[in-house]
Amino acid sequence: MTILRLAFKNLLGAGLRTWLNVFVLSLSFVLIIFSQGLLDGLNKQAEEAMVAAEVAGGHFQHPAYDPYDPLSLTDAHGSVPESLAALATAGKAAPVLVIQGTIYPGGRLFTVRVKGIDPGQTVVNIPTSFLSAAPAGDEIPVLIGERMAKMTGLKAGDAFTLQWRDARGTFDAREATVVEVMKTSVQTIDSGQIWMPLARLREMTGLAGEATFVVLAQNAARPADGAAGGWVFRSSNDFLSDVRAMVESKSAGSSILYAIFLALAMLAIFDTQVLAIFHRRREMGTLMALGFTRGKVIGLFTLEGMLNGVLAALVAAAYGIPLLSWMARTGWALPGNMDSYGFAIGERIFPAYGLGLVAGTTALVLLVTTIVSFLPTRRIAKLKPTDALRGRMT
Amino acid sequence: MTERPLIVTKDLKKIYAMGPHKLEALAGVNLSFDKGEFAGLVGPSGSGKTTLLNIIGSLDTPTEGSAVVMGQRIETLTHKEAARLRNRHIGFIFQTFNLLPVYSVYENVEFALLLLGDPPAVRRRKVMAALDWVHLADRAKSKPAQLSGGQSQRVAIARAIVKEPDIVLADEPTANLDAENSHNILQTMERLNRELGTTFIFATHDPKVMQYLRRKITLVDGRVTADEAMDGRVAAAASSATGGTP
Repeated sequence: MTILRLAFKNLLGAGLRTWLNVFVLSLSFVLIIFSQGLLDGLNKQAEEAMVAAEVAGGHFQHPAYDPYDPLSLTDAHGSVPESLAALATAGKAAPVLVIQGTIYPGGRLFTVRVKGIDPGQTVVNIPTSFLSAAPAGDEIPVLIGERMAKMTGLKAGDAFTLQWRDARGTFDAREATVVEVMKTSVQTIDSGQIWMPLARLREMTGLAGEATFVVLAQNAARPADGAAGGWVFRSSNDFLSDVRAMVESKSAGSSILYAIFLALAMLAIFDTQVLAIFHRRREMGTLMALGFTRGKVIGLFTLEGMLNGVLAALVAAAYGIPLLSWMARTGWALPGNMDSYGFAIGERIFPAYGLGLVAGTTALVLLVTTIVSFLPTRRIAKLKPTDALRGRMT
Repeated sequence: MTERPLIVTKDLKKIYAMGPHKLEALAGVNLSFDKGEFAGLVGPSGSGKTTLLNIIGSLDTPTEGSAVVMGQRIETLTHKEAARLRNRHIGFIFQTFNLLPVYSVYENVEFALLLLGDPPAVRRRKVMAALDWVHLADRAKSKPAQLSGGQSQRVAIARAIVKEPDIVLADEPTANLDAENSHNILQTMERLNRELGTTFIFATHDPKVMQYLRRKITLVDGRVTADEAMDGRVAAAASSATGGTP
C-alpha cells in the first residue's frame, strides 16, 4: 500500500512528463481498440450480410456441384429431394438452379451464372419479388446487383440477349430485361451473375423440378442427411469459415499498426524510466537510507511505470468511450476501392467492441507496460546506497 | 551495571579499488559509542569520516574488521536486514537535505513511519510532534521547494527523529547553511539529544559544529588520531538561553 501510494504521488509529481506519457499511451489504447474493433465489425458485418443474403441456415447442394468450378454446372443439378421440396413448399427453403450462360449487353459478351430462384421466397434477403413483374412480351425478367450493373453497363429497364444451353445441350437465346438493380454488399450474389424466376429457368432449360442447391431458412429444421437424397449439406459455418479466413488474411496490416502503436507508447515509457533511474539516483539512495530494500525501490519504480498504463486506461476511457461509441453508431465510411476486398463490406463499417477486445487490450498494454517499466530498473539491483546518495550509478 | 555500547568498531578497514590502485579510506578504526552521545567525526576531506558514518549506518560494509551496531554485525547483514536496521534504529541527516521533492513537509516526515507500518492516528501524532520540535508545524503542507535551506534541514531532522531512532547520523549537516541557520539546527539537535537521549554522530569539518560536540574524534587518512571529550559550551549556553524547550 505504501509503495502504491508513493508510486502514485511520484507519478503525479512528475507533472507534464507523466501526462504526456499517459496521453501517448491512451492514444495507443484507443487506436488499438478502434482498429481491432473495426476489423471485428468488418468481420461481423460481412458474416451477417452473407448469412442474410446468401447462406441463411446453410445449403443442401447437388453432389456434383462445385461452386469454384463453372464446368461442373452442366451436371450439377437434379430433382429436389422430397424432404427439401416439402420445406420449400412451406417457405422454409429456397431451391436455386444454376446454369452457365452468356449475355450480350450493348454488343459485348459476358459469361455469367444464371440463377433461378422463386420470386416469392423469403429465405434469403434478395429482392426477388421484382422478378414477379413480367416485362412486355416474352422477355425474361432479370435481377442483377450493382457490381454486375457497373461491369456490364446495364441499368433497370435495359434489355440484352441471353444465351444458354438447355438440358439436351442445345444452344438457345432470348431477350432479357433488367427489372431491378439491387444494392448488396455481398459480392457472391452479385458479380458475374444474373437472377431470374426459377420456373422460367427450369422451363428454358427443360430441367423441370430440378435445382443445383437448396437454401435452408435460418429457422428451418435440417432434414437428416439420409433424407436429402445424397445432397451435401454445407452449414453456415462452412461458408463463414472462408470469410473468417479471408478477414484474418486482411488483418496483417492491422496487426502491424497494433504493434506500431504499442511500440510508440512503450518507447515513451522506457525512455521515461531510463531517465528517471538516471536522474533520481539520489532519491533512491535516500529511500534506501530510510529503510527501503533494493527490491522495494525496484518495485516502486516499476509500479510508477505501470501506473502510467493504469492512468492511460482511465484517460483513454474518458475520451475513448464517447468517441468509440459514436464511431460504433455512425460507422466508418469506406473508400471506394474497398469493394474489391473479396467479401461483403457495406459502404460503412460499424466497429464492434467486445468485452474481450477491451479487456484483452487493457491487460496486454498493462502487461507490456509493466515489463518495459521493469527492464530499466534492473540496474537498481546493483546500486550501492552510498553511490546512490552521491548521485552515482554503481 | 554499565550499558552496552550502541556502536563498536574493531580494526575497521575500508579499501576502495581505484583501477590498479587501492585507496584505504579506513585503516583500522577502533571506536565505541554509548547511548546519548553527541559526538563528531572531524578531519579534512578524504579522511574517512563519511565512510565510517556509512558503515555505522549499514549503508556500506567494511573490507576488514567489524562494526557492531545495536548488537548487529554490519558485515554479516543481508540487504534486507540492513534496511530493517536503518528503518528501525537509525536516522540520517544529509548535507543536501535529500528531501523527496514531490511530497509535502508532512509527507516527507511521515515517510519513515509508513515503512514502520504505524497506524494513521499514531503517524499523525508523531509527525506533528516532530515538526513541533523543529518549529515547522505551520509549514506541514509546504513542498520542499518552498522552504529555505535552514527549513529544509529542519525537515530532514524531523524525518530523522520522527521514528525515535537510537542513533542519528548527520553527514555535514550545516555545510549548505549560513551561520545563523547552522546554530539553529545544531541547537535543535542538541536539545533532541538531551531530551530524548538520541545518540548523534556527525561527520563534519565545520568549526560551528565542533563548538557543540561533547566528543570529538579526529580522523586523518582513515586513522583515529585523537578522541577527546569536549564540554559542549555553546550548547549549554544556548540551552540555558532558550530554557531547553522548543
